[in-house]
Amino acid sequence: MSQETHSTHQHVSSRKMYFAVFAALLVLTFATVLVARVDLGVMNDVVALGIAVTKAVLVLLFFMHVRYSTRLTALTAVGGFLWLAILIGITLCDYMSRGATMPVPGK
Amino acid sequence: MASTTIDTHHLNPAGHHPRLQHQFDSLEQQKESSTLGMWMFLVTEIMFFGGLFLAYVVYRTKYPHVFAASSHHLDVTLGGINTAVLIGSSLTMALSIWAAQVNKRKLIVVFLIATMVLGAVFLGVKAKEYTDKFTHHLVPGAHFAPEDEHLQGPAREQAQIFFSLYFMMTGLHALHMIIGLGILAALIRPSWKGRFDLAYHTPLECTGLYWHFVDIVWIFLFPLLYLLGAHAR
Amino acid sequence: MNTTTTAEPLAAGPETGERPNYLNAAYGLRSWLLTKDHKRIAILYLISVTAFFALGSLFALLIRLELLTPEGDMFQPDTYNRLFTMHGIVMVFFFLIPAIPAVLGNFLVPLMIGAKDLAFPKINLASWYVYNLGGLFTLWSIVHGGVDTGWTFYTPYSTHYSNTYVISAALGIFITGFSSIFTGLNFIVTIHRMRAPGMTWFRLPLFIWSHYATSLIIVLGTPVVAITLLMVAAERVLHLGLFDPALGGDPVLFQHLFWFYSHPAVYIMILPAMGVVSELVAAFARKPVFGYKVVAFASIAIAVLGFLVWGHHMFVAGESAYAATVFSVLSMLVAIPSAVKVFNWTSTLYQGSVSLQTPMLYALGFIGLFTLGGLTGVMVATLGIDVHVHDTYFIVAHFHYIMVGGTIMGYMGGLHYWWPKISGKLYPAFLSRLSALLVFCGFNLTFFPQFILGYLGMPRRYWAYPPEFQVLNVLSTAGASILGVGYVLPLFYFIWSMRYGKASGDNPWGAVGLEWDTPSPPPTENFLTTPVVTHGPYEYNVKEVHDRTSHPEARVG
Repeated sequence: MSQETHSTHQHVSSRKMYFAVFAALLVLTFATVLVARVDLGVMNDVVALGIAVTKAVLVLLFFMHVRYSTRLTALTAVGGFLWLAILIGITLCDYMSRGATMPVPGK
Repeated sequence: MASTTIDTHHLNPAGHHPRLQHQFDSLEQQKESSTLGMWMFLVTEIMFFGGLFLAYVVYRTKYPHVFAASSHHLDVTLGGINTAVLIGSSLTMALSIWAAQVNKRKLIVVFLIATMVLGAVFLGVKAKEYTDKFTHHLVPGAHFAPEDEHLQGPAREQAQIFFSLYFMMTGLHALHMIIGLGILAALIRPSWKGRFDLAYHTPLECTGLYWHFVDIVWIFLFPLLYLLGAHAR
Repeated sequence: MNTTTTAEPLAAGPETGERPNYLNAAYGLRSWLLTKDHKRIAILYLISVTAFFALGSLFALLIRLELLTPEGDMFQPDTYNRLFTMHGIVMVFFFLIPAIPAVLGNFLVPLMIGAKDLAFPKINLASWYVYNLGGLFTLWSIVHGGVDTGWTFYTPYSTHYSNTYVISAALGIFITGFSSIFTGLNFIVTIHRMRAPGMTWFRLPLFIWSHYATSLIIVLGTPVVAITLLMVAAERVLHLGLFDPALGGDPVLFQHLFWFYSHPAVYIMILPAMGVVSELVAAFARKPVFGYKVVAFASIAIAVLGFLVWGHHMFVAGESAYAATVFSVLSMLVAIPSAVKVFNWTSTLYQGSVSLQTPMLYALGFIGLFTLGGLTGVMVATLGIDVHVHDTYFIVAHFHYIMVGGTIMGYMGGLHYWWPKISGKLYPAFLSRLSALLVFCGFNLTFFPQFILGYLGMPRRYWAYPPEFQVLNVLSTAGASILGVGYVLPLFYFIWSMRYGKASGDNPWGAVGLEWDTPSPPPTENFLTTPVVTHGPYEYNVKEVHDRTSHPEARVG
C-alpha cells in the first residue's frame, strides 16, 4: 500500500490528444453514414460494426484512459464485452442451427 | 513463525486529507478502489444493455426485411447529429478531468456545463424523434398503426418488435443520460469550490467513465437502429 | 499464529463494563439502521433472510401438506400453482442467493483479509435497503394472491395469459438483483484492493476465493435477468410480442435470457457454501486443505464454465438439437471442478485430527449430499436421460439436494462455526448436534423419495397424482416435518445464547485465520493494529503434517 498523498503514477493526457480522438470519432461517424448508403450486401453489417468497434475502442483507450491504466482495468473492460459476446454467440448457435436435421448414425 | 505488526493508523499522512474515507489507508488506494468499482458497475451495464442487443440480433436475423423497412422511419440526420453531439460531450467530459489535473477549477465547471448542455441537446433531439414516432403511430402498444405499405399484415407485428426494441434501447439509454445529467449537476458546486485537483478528482473520473460508457452504447445503437435500411433509399 | 497479538483487555465498555466491540459501540435503532459497519449490516441481513426463509418454508409446508394425498383436496389447482411459484421465488431470490454472501460474506470478508471494512460501506448498507425494497414488491404480490407462473416466469403465460400480479413480483426480483450486484461489486473491489500487507492471493482463505468467484458471476449474470424481467413487464403492459409466438416473438428467447443468469445463479448459491466447507474441513480436521491452489482455481473454473451451460434447462423447449448437444457436453465439464473440490475435501480429512463438532457435522453432511446432488446433475446433463426426467420430481430432488443439502447445510455450518465470533457466545452443543442430525435425516427422508417419484414419472408442479405414488409422498412430507424442526431449533438456541450463552473467548475452536486473531465479538474497526501476513491460510500443526507425510511408517503423533 502506498502512503503518498500525491499520485506519482498519474498520467495527464494532453488536450491535443483528446481533440485528435474527437476528430477521429467524427470522421468515423461520417464514414459509417456514407457507407450505409451504398448497398454492399452482407458487408454493410461488417463495416458498420467494424467502425462502431473502432470508435468504441478509441473511447475506451483514450477518453476512459484504459491505455494508461492497470492491466486489471483492461481485463475488466475486455471481460465485460467478452461476456456479452458469449451471451449473443452461444444463443445464436441455437438460432442458426434450428431447422437443421441432425445426422442419425447408421443412416 | 514470528511476525511483525505495523501500526498504520497514525502514520498515514493521507489520513489528513479531508476526502479520505476511514476504510482506506491512502488516497491512492481509495482512487484505485473507486475506479475499479465503477468499472465493475460498467460491466453490469454492458450485460444489462446486452440482453436488449441479443433480442435485437435474434429478431434482425429473423426478420431482416421488415427491420430494414422499419429502420427507414428513423431520421438518420437527427441520429447522426446526436452521435456527433454525444461524442462532443465525451470530449468536454474528458477535458473537465484534464482541467482538474492542471488545477484549473473554473475550467472544470465550464467543461462540466458544456457536457450537460450537449447532453441536454441530445435529449431534446430524442424528444423530437419520439414525438414524431407518436404522431406517426409508431409507438408499440394499442395504438401501433404504421402507414407504411411495407409494414402491413404479419409485417406489422414484426415491425412492432423493431419499434419495441428501438424504444426500449434508446429509452434505457436516455434514462442513463438523464441520470448522468443529474450526477454532473451535483459535481458543479464542489468543482467551483475547488474540491478537485491533481491529487483528488476521483468523482470526476468515475463520472467520466460512466458518461463515456453511455456514449459507447450510443455508438452501437446508432448504426444498428438507424443505418439498417439506409441503402435502400 | 501469523498475525497480530490478541489484544490485551481494552478499557471497559461504556455501560456494561465489557470490552468495546461492534455490538456495544452504539445503541439504538438509528445506530443499526444507519450503520456503515459491515458486521452490523451482516446482522441486518441475517434478520431479513431468516424472515424470508420462514416465509418460503411456509409455502413448502403447504405444498407438502397438499401432496399427502393423491387427490387435490386442500387447495384449488390455481392456488397450488401460486404456492410453488412463491416458494421458488422467495427461496431462490430472497434466501439462497443472498444468504451466505450477505450474512457470512459481509461479516467475514474484511476480517479474513485484514481490512477495516469493505471498500464501499455505504453501498453495502444501500444493498440491504434495496433488498428489502425488492422484498416489499414481492410481498405485495403475495398479499394479492401471489404469482402462478412458476419461479421461471415462462412466456407467453407470464406475459399474456396469467391473471396474477406478475409485474410487481418481477419488479421485486429486479430490484433485489441490484442488492446482489452491489454486494458482488463490493467484494471484488475489496478483495483486489484492500488485502493486508503480506496477504497475497495464494495466502487468502478459500472462503475468499469462493466469494470472489461468486461475485464475478453476480456482476456478469444478474443484469441479464434484470433486463429480461423488465422486458417481461413491458410486454405484459403493452402486448409487444417479443416473447409471444402469436405476435412474431419467440418464447425460447425468453428462456435463453432467463437461464443465462439463472443457471450461473445456482453457482452463486453453491460457491459460497463450498467456501464455508473448505474452512470447516480445515478447522475440524486441523489440517490445511489438500490441494489449496487447485481448489482456488476450481472456484474460478466453476464460475466461468457455469456461464456456458444454460441451455441444459431447455433441452425439450425447442432449442436446436445441435445446441442441445453442445450444452449437454459443456454441462458435463462443469461437474469436474466441483468433483475435484469434493476429492480435495475428502483428502483433507484423511489422516486429519477430526473432531465432530456441530459445524463439522454440517460440513460432512454437505460433502455427502452435494455429491449425490452433483452426480444426479451429471445424469440430467445427459440429454437422453433428461428428455425423460425433465419436469419430473427427479429434477426437483436433484436441485434440492444441491440447494438444501448443499447450500443450506453450508450456511448452517458457517453460522454455527462463526457464531462465537459474531456474538461472543457459545450455543448448547447437544442441541446443536441434535439439530444437525435432524436436518440430515429429515432432509434425506424428504428428498430421496422424490428421486424415485421422478424416475417413476411423477411430474412436478402438479397438485394431484396417481395413488400408487402416495407412500413416497407421505415419506417426503414426514421428512419435511423433521427437517423443519431441525431448522427451527437453531433459531431458538442462537437467540437464547445471546442472553444466556457462555462467553466464547476469542477463538473457541482453536482455529487459524485472521478473523480468529481478533476478539470475539470484534471491535468496530476489526483490528487494533493492521495485521501483517507472513504465511498461508491453514497452518495447523504444519510440522507434524509434513513429518507424517514424508515418513508414512514413522506415524508421528
